[in-house]
Amino acid sequence: MAEFTFWIVVGITLGSAFMVVQSKNLVYSAYALLFSFIGVTGLYVFLWADFIAVVQVVVYVGGILILIIFGIMLTNKITSVNISHASVQKKVGAVAVLGMAFLLGYMVISTPWVTLANVEPAETTAAIGRLLMMDYLLPFEVASLLLLGALIGATTLSRKED
Amino acid sequence: MTVDMLIDWFATLGDFPVLAFILAVVISGIPLFLVMALNAMVAVYVERKVSAFMMDRLGPMGQGPGLHAGKWGLLQTVADAIKLLVKEDTVPESSDKILFKMAPFIIFIGAFLGLAAVPFSQTLQVVDFNVGVFYIIAVGSIGVIGIVMAGWASNNKWSLYGAMRSAAQIISYEIPAGLSIIVPVMMAGTLNLQELIHYQSGTVWGILPNWIIFNNPFSFIAFFIFFISAIAETNRTPFDIPEAESELVAGWMTEYSGFRWAIFFLSEYANMLIVSGLAVAGFLGGWRSPIPGLFDSGAWGLFWFMGKIASLIFVMMWVRWTFPRLRVDQLMHVCWKVFIPIAMINIFGVGIWKLIFG
Repeated sequence: MAEFTFWIVVGITLGSAFMVVQSKNLVYSAYALLFSFIGVTGLYVFLWADFIAVVQVVVYVGGILILIIFGIMLTNKITSVNISHASVQKKVGAVAVLGMAFLLGYMVISTPWVTLANVEPAETTAAIGRLLMMDYLLPFEVASLLLLGALIGATTLSRKED
Repeated sequence: MTVDMLIDWFATLGDFPVLAFILAVVISGIPLFLVMALNAMVAVYVERKVSAFMMDRLGPMGQGPGLHAGKWGLLQTVADAIKLLVKEDTVPESSDKILFKMAPFIIFIGAFLGLAAVPFSQTLQVVDFNVGVFYIIAVGSIGVIGIVMAGWASNNKWSLYGAMRSAAQIISYEIPAGLSIIVPVMMAGTLNLQELIHYQSGTVWGILPNWIIFNNPFSFIAFFIFFISAIAETNRTPFDIPEAESELVAGWMTEYSGFRWAIFFLSEYANMLIVSGLAVAGFLGGWRSPIPGLFDSGAWGLFWFMGKIASLIFVMMWVRWTFPRLRVDQLMHVCWKVFIPIAMINIFGVGIWKLIFG
């Protein structure tokens, strides 16, 4: 059963990811990204990472994807439905893709993977909270400062001079 | 725990995991859909009547079938449902056909997924997540994608403006709503909706039930911020600028008719049910009785939970027919400059309160 669902989730993720890069219509690409993100959520669920799965939906579906679509809608005239993007620099792209695939493949093969028993672990939220607030407090604060800086910067840039 | 319990039960009958999984999902999904449909039907009738009484009108009335709309206008609901089912389903020539047809389903899925985690009673809950609160907030954002999709695919300026206003509004108000629901989560120390409700047993200040809203001044304020943000998230008046009739015809729903529009309608009322459910579970004691210890067990849980949800939905209708619509700039002002600072002070205050009083 779990295997059956797993392959469906993988199919959704990869199929819609392929749609994202293959579709000529930018809006279709953005909406295909929705299904890809939801597929990745499913993969997190298979890893028993309940909290990360929900964060994936909140951040990627609820935040980033809406911003992307918002940007497309703002920059495009409503009358021109067709926004297309073509492939450029195919040779350099092919080299980059092959290099990346080789690196990832080498990583997958060379990593000594640990197989865990298929049992539900204890709640992850408490552990994540404890780690964020104690062991990784400094990176956490630095990341939030960075985000705050980005927020203020975006406001300053988009604001008209009074 | 319904889905898990059903799957376990099917497993005892025989070894057919795929079929058992599908059966369990269908068996727990159909009642949810019935709840959605029933909720929309009742709420539409109540909304008609409540709005009529607020405006000193009579609303749907009649002396019997054939004359008007039945006793107290009860048949009005039936007429509405039949009209929505048989009305012609129009798809504009210049629209983006695929996205136009897909949008209602995305919005419906968003509402339906949220309903799956609502704790209707001690045992009546489709999935008992350990991150339930967060989950409901998360799937709520899927609906926004559907709204933007509908607005863009309609290829209509009113639809597009409505969709963009809606996206801006819902994203903005998700922040104060999320920051306020952190208050009960901090106090109970859990994201699980059932454990959150279990935390709210007993009494506080002597007589009041130990609901989180009565626990301390910060949570009292947090409830109101959450509830107002929840009204904004469901796109209802006074926060209905995405479908402002006087400016945008019907906003992002302008081009929709028939059953596709009915799905929007169903989802809007289901969203009211979900956000009220979250408010009730987080602040108002969930399925606990208002008088501690009295009728506080078994099926009474369902009664109290639905009763509290119905009261909150009534307040939403009350607000809708009492206040005028906010302007866009007022809407953003309230969210970013009033609610978010207060919500952050609330989190800080509750943290201190929990340190001092335990």
